[in-house]
Amino acid sequence: MFKIICKLLAIASLVITASAYAQSPLQLEITIPRLQVAEYHKPYVAVWLEDQKRNTTQIAVWYDVEMENGKGEEWLADLRQWWRRGGRKLEMPIDGITGATKGPGSHIITLELASLLKNQRSGEYKIRVEASREVGGRELLQIPITLPIKSKDLPISVAGKRELDHITLTIKE
Amino acid sequence: MLSTKLITLVVVTLTMITISIPAHAHRAWIKPSKTVLSGEQNYVTFDAAVSNTLFIPEHVAFRMSYLSATGPDGKELAFENVGKGKYRNTFDLNLTQSGTYRVGSASSGLRASWKDAEGKRKRWPGRGGPAKGETFETAVPKQAKDLKVTYSSYRSETFVTLGQPSDDILAPSNKGLELVPVTHPNDLFATEEATFKFYIDGEPAAKTKIEITRGSMRYRNAPETINVETNAQGEFSVTWPHAGMYFLEASYEDDKAEAPATKRTGSYSATFEVLPL
Repeated sequence: MFKIICKLLAIASLVITASAYAQSPLQLEITIPRLQVAEYHKPYVAVWLEDQKRNTTQIAVWYDVEMENGKGEEWLADLRQWWRRGGRKLEMPIDGITGATKGPGSHIITLELASLLKNQRSGEYKIRVEASREVGGRELLQIPITLPIKSKDLPISVAGKRELDHITLTIKE
Repeated sequence: MLSTKLITLVVVTLTMITISIPAHAHRAWIKPSKTVLSGEQNYVTFDAAVSNTLFIPEHVAFRMSYLSATGPDGKELAFENVGKGKYRNTFDLNLTQSGTYRVGSASSGLRASWKDAEGKRKRWPGRGGPAKGETFETAVPKQAKDLKVTYSSYRSETFVTLGQPSDDILAPSNKGLELVPVTHPNDLFATEEATFKFYIDGEPAAKTKIEITRGSMRYRNAPETINVETNAQGEFSVTWPHAGMYFLEASYEDDKAEAPATKRTGSYSATFEVLPL
């Protein structure tokens, strides 16, 4: 448990939404497509960093945080891989990690590069983004990265097919 | 506890429900609507039936009196909203604590067959179970011709998890044929390998024959059954080819029965959900 808390503290310092003072912040853009369906619900989205041994660092979870009595947590398990990669161990909500669901459009998560370097060993990682929509589908995308990140390797973009339009990792201008 | 309560049940279930190998016979199954759940508390609804086609109720309902549910703390849980249908019974479980729950049925007992003075084949217990007050001692003539006595155990179950999976209720009761997970039964994914162990009365059950079949059989022509056998440690592994609800059936047999039985058999079945990666 202590280990988890330490990890979460590390992550909390890693996710800074508007950090004017951050050096070389990385930004992860997640675009949610506008879907022409009879019944549209904003997707649940989870973002995490995974090393080659599948050790997980949580980055973000967007779900129905505002529902009464934590009712929104009832569908968190539909983010199947995220749930398995640590979601099921966490006590929701988590400051700096959880947020409300987001609609179609572009959403930006800013990762502070210095913290990311400090808290992770160098090596191969994946940034994974999973989306699951009520009465809809599910999609899991990943961006492979090597830490420490070199600016020449960026931007990296991966296109989704259904529930995610694309995810892009860049250095913030 | 599931095991202690149910193991005392008579052999009725054995004649009614089991004899499920090979594949074409009736199968008794308990199917949860979901096996991996989140939230502070949550509900799962179950169907329980005996049928030819997996998870399609078309024969008889699985009798509620045989079933019980155990929570992560080992305490028995009440079924809610029980609905008794012709072909299936349904019920809900309210999961209020994090961990793994087990729902199932288990029984064990003696069976005998012999020939009477006229050479006619006799069985005990008969179809529908033993008569009231009848026991092995009073019902079976010990000097009968061709007397065969078998000690049989039967277990059918499924598992669901709220939040983080737990192992407490997965420990074997050391009675009958039991599945002991190496891979947690609520952490199964397509294309990944899962490993389980079988125990017979608490000892590794080598050479247990296992058949694994995915549900939705009505929508394909081939049964696509996977056949495996446990090794000397009672272990076996399976790589799930697709996501879906699966039914596992296992049977074990040896001659290490306690007197008056000379043969020991074990029959086990379980419903597992395999998720896509």
